Amino acid sequence: MLRRVAANVAVNSWKGNIFELDHKLIMARQLHARRIEGIDKNIWVDFTQLAADYKVVNLGQGFPDFSPPSYIQEALCKAVNGGCSMHQYTHAFGHPPLVSILAKFFGRVVGHEIDAFEDILVTVGAYQALFCTFQALVDEDDEVIIIEPFFDCYQPMVKMAGGKGVYVPLRPVSMEGGKALTSADWVLSSEELASKFNPRTKAIVINTPNNPLGKVYKREELQVIADLCIKHDVVCISDEVYEWLTYDGAKHVKIASLPGMWERTVTIGSGGKSFSATGWKVGWAIGAGPIVKHLKTVHQNSVYHCATAAQEAVAQGFQREYELFGTPESYFLQLPEMLNQKRKKLATCLESVGLQPILPEGGYFMISDISSLKVDLNDPSTQDEPHDYRFVKWLIKEKGLATIPVSAFYSPEHRKDFQNYIRFCFVKEDSTLNAAEDILRKWSD
Amino acid sequence: MWLELERSRHTHFPLGIHIFLQLNIVGLFFSYMNITRRTLSSACRWININCIRNISYSQCAMTSSRHINSKRIEGLDKNVWVAFTSVAADPTIVNLGQGYPDIPPPAYVKEALANAAAVDKLNQYTRGFGHPSLVKALSQVYGKVYGHQIDPFKEILVTVGGYGSLFSTMQALVEVGDEVIIIEPFFDCYVPMVRMAGATPVLIPLRLRSNKETSSVSSADWVLDPEELASKFTSKTKAIIINTPNNPIGKIFTKGELQTISDLCIKHDTLCISDEVYEWLIYKGHQHIKIATLPGMWDRTITISSAGKTFSVTGWKLGWSIGPEHLIKHLQTVMQNTLYTCPTPLQEAVAQGLLRDYELMGQPECYFSSLAVELEGKRDRMAAILQDVGMSPIIPEGGYFMCVDVTPLNQDLPHMGDDEPYDYKFVKWMIKEKVRKNQQLDATSYLRFKWHTIPFIYLTFV
Repeated sequence: MLRRVAANVAVNSWKGNIFELDHKLIMARQLHARRIEGIDKNIWVDFTQLAADYKVVNLGQGFPDFSPPSYIQEALCKAVNGGCSMHQYTHAFGHPPLVSILAKFFGRVVGHEIDAFEDILVTVGAYQALFCTFQALVDEDDEVIIIEPFFDCYQPMVKMAGGKGVYVPLRPVSMEGGKALTSADWVLSSEELASKFNPRTKAIVINTPNNPLGKVYKREELQVIADLCIKHDVVCISDEVYEWLTYDGAKHVKIASLPGMWERTVTIGSGGKSFSATGWKVGWAIGAGPIVKHLKTVHQNSVYHCATAAQEAVAQGFQREYELFGTPESYFLQLPEMLNQKRKKLATCLESVGLQPILPEGGYFMISDISSLKVDLNDPSTQDEPHDYRFVKWLIKEKGLATIPVSAFYSPEHRKDFQNYIRFCFVKEDSTLNAAEDILRKWSD
Repeated sequence: MWLELERSRHTHFPLGIHIFLQLNIVGLFFSYMNITRRTLSSACRWININCIRNISYSQCAMTSSRHINSKRIEGLDKNVWVAFTSVAADPTIVNLGQGYPDIPPPAYVKEALANAAAVDKLNQYTRGFGHPSLVKALSQVYGKVYGHQIDPFKEILVTVGGYGSLFSTMQALVEVGDEVIIIEPFFDCYVPMVRMAGATPVLIPLRLRSNKETSSVSSADWVLDPEELASKFTSKTKAIIINTPNNPIGKIFTKGELQTISDLCIKHDTLCISDEVYEWLIYKGHQHIKIATLPGMWDRTITISSAGKTFSVTGWKLGWSIGPEHLIKHLQTVMQNTLYTCPTPLQEAVAQGLLRDYELMGQPECYFSSLAVELEGKRDRMAAILQDVGMSPIIPEGGYFMCVDVTPLNQDLPHMGDDEPYDYKFVKWMIKEKVRKNQQLDATSYLRFKWHTIPFIYLTFV
């Protein structure tokens, strides 16, 4: 009755004065679905906007400011100028040339035959692969173990699927006489991890190399996780978008290649991160057919296809990389080599201005401890926010340097304990890194 | 899903075998979507692709029962388009199932994409809810169409195709336990999307006006019964989905028809989801009306459109939702938690295309009008061909598709099996016996023609 009254009132308002329609009366009942409650805040939306509003040197969001390799740009141009079919729908679960080469390429990497049409789903970026995985496998009240710090979307995606995030942190192991200086020094406690598994645990999410920390999980660390997955019959969701970006001899290991893990792992990859073309939004999920088929069901009922031309270009890219794999011409070797220089450059710069970086073994990012900095964050608009958020906003507005607060990568429960780190992206032109260095030096003087 | 539609199909079309079959032909469209695993397997055999493979367990140990799917996707795994796009990969098979053009997109749109791909920053992430130049271009074009300003950042969301907009809308606004009214015949994804959101689809059919001759039927002759429609609204009705121009029939809802729907939306306080992906494909003598422009409707309507259908680039998979901020913001929440952003160079290219056509709006050179003129010729040719060979097409007022009554052909199909609907057997027979690429097509052609391929069919008829 209230709704009918409200609707009638709305109609009367419309008739009475066409410009004063109070839309709040249009629907007296709740407009939005409950599944999106509590997931409306998004750090990327907020901080991308802020970085756009102020003129900043942007070491915030994780995308290169240099061009993708020319051969991949050419591949896209070639696809665009290809026949009609490049501009029309392709196969729903992945453009055939792309899934075929992914099967071939990753079959060789993982040491396990991969069926192009059963074991692979192409998605709109790795982001959508994550979404399909959670929606396909997580039910109301299922628990999903998430290792902190984590790429922020895992938590709201689990929530949207009705599941419950169970968090276990990487902790810096204190070294003799000093702080933990590399991402390798941040480890899981095996006992603590084991304690998080229970009969309601549906999945565990791992991210290696890790965003934001840059940790590259060693085989032994993955084995501990694998043992628990097998013991408790849990699915492993392995986000490996930065799989080619390892430094200083760190080796990327695919948990799906460990015994007993292929049939229970979804491995997620990214064309955007592999080819420095994040705007193409081509990603994939690879796993055993019986699991991937459920991701396909979500996909066919949500987006149905991904863009054809971009998939064709990524397929060409992988074809080239398949042939050049392990050789100096391989972009998958050249890119980490190039980024390693930038990583070292940024680390040196941060150290020299008193910001202690944690040197990442892999990935796009470096985090830095800001607790030693004494800054007057006199901004009433950020009064109630965590310290690192306030600091990052101050840095954007006052110094023109964009970074990301690391507490965004922690669960709501643990955020308050990790307010003293900020994240830098070093996958930038040297000129950008130089400009950042200038800002930091001026500030520390 | 298939059982519900099967029941509705049989209960709503009682008026004799002729009409039953005619409507049954339309029902074949439902059959495409509602093929059971068994019939899909047999369909795939005669389509000559292995689209349902037996999952091989030799390579992996049997996964446990805990790896079963979540409840939300239970029963939603069948999708006939999945099977039919596989056909496109097989060069011996003519794919007339899915709705995409085989005419090339306009050159300026392809050029815009090539240009965008050459710009470094256009290969990286853009704004999540829509690339700024695209949402601004959309705001311009649709501001003109709607006759009021549309905020590019708060009232527009760019999505992965019209499909992605439908999904974002359902996930954002449809709650478990809600009812959503869907008008039959409907684009097949509406029902599984409603079910995935935990809601119940409530179906109501368009019906052929009872005094209509079966030759020279137009999609305008398929109408809703206002009383029947009113009876579908309950206290649980959260939304009604309309699709105008309609896929598959091609109906363009008149202002009066939309007014009836909007009166009910306002009376019952429901939302309206208006799928208008074919909005520019309007043939002579008809006018596309946006239900969101009717009084009281802007604030309760999400209008969905498609770059793929607008510019004949279905493989670009870009679409958009337009609506009031208090609804769009919820779709944006879904977007930021599902795929976050759409591809940048494609969005830039669509923006350039829109800006070019915005300048030409109302003129014959505008692609929004010129495509409709081109397709109208093809529509008329196809209709003539079908009529010549004794079939009765339903002449669409808009859109890509034409539905056809094949009963006049009186084709007896006892050898095609007993337990399937006639229309399904007919299409199966047609494909198996009559259609191969580059061979002379027999008179008995497809049920639902996507008549962008008219030149192809025409040639093989000669």
